[in-house]
Amino acid sequence: MTTPALKDLQVGDSIPALQLPAISRTTLALYAGASGDHNPIHIDIDFARNAGLDDVFAHGMLSAAYVGRLVTNWAGQERLRRLHVRFTGITQVHDVPLCTGRVTERFAHEGEPRLRVEVQCANQNGDVKILGEAVVAAL
Amino acid sequence: MLDRNLIGHALGKRSLTVEEGAVRSYAQAIGETDATCLDASAARDAGHRALRVPPTFLSCLEGRLFQTRALLELARIDLKRLLHAEQSYEYHAQAYAGDVLSYEPKIVDVYDKKGGALEFLVKQTRVTNQDGVHIADLRTALVQRQLAEV
Repeated sequence: MTTPALKDLQVGDSIPALQLPAISRTTLALYAGASGDHNPIHIDIDFARNAGLDDVFAHGMLSAAYVGRLVTNWAGQERLRRLHVRFTGITQVHDVPLCTGRVTERFAHEGEPRLRVEVQCANQNGDVKILGEAVVAAL
Repeated sequence: MLDRNLIGHALGKRSLTVEEGAVRSYAQAIGETDATCLDASAARDAGHRALRVPPTFLSCLEGRLFQTRALLELARIDLKRLLHAEQSYEYHAQAYAGDVLSYEPKIVDVYDKKGGALEFLVKQTRVTNQDGVHIADLRTALVQRQLAEV
């Protein structure tokens, strides 16, 4: 595993982005099964249309998982201390999520150096679907 | 208006064994590329006792133990007006496939915004493993929206 030089990162620095493939119906079906979230609004177009929508839409927690991957693929899961996400928009089928992050603070907690990182997940048009923050140990 | 008397209401403590296949399926479904979440031998080679549980999978396991539907009934929240507003995790130790994780959710806040147009319910859940190790604290904010009059 590559160890990023977390201790050298400064406030304002970006972390490596995570580009996801387009959300397909297969993506949503597999996520529904694996997550246990079987809400038909995400997998059954007939149900969605009956609810007045044009189509199904992605689980918010799928994008949250992508944000988790953004952080753990960069810093390593063993350094993840906190993850917070706020759902700000609906991700549609065929949206192409891009997760990005930027260091906003260096601090220490009980002697452990840490980085606070502002994270987001946006689609191909730059519409932000998740805003949040992660805290990682900068060891 | 959601019932503020729910603040402090504990939903009990329930446990489950984290199945290796469930961890792998979740990791595949989110496109995870970290082999320690996908391949048990790779996880062991990296010094882990089993597959590592991806950090956000802790929410899915909670959903298996405590159905969202039951919480909505308790709080009298209408599914059609429900949105997941926020989710957060504080991580204390790694969870692994094969662990027996215990979940203890508690309703910690009920409030509204915009003159009652948005009603929030906040649940916090303590997660521990079979050795009593504190794994994580999960915090979920649900919101019930006013729908336009039909």
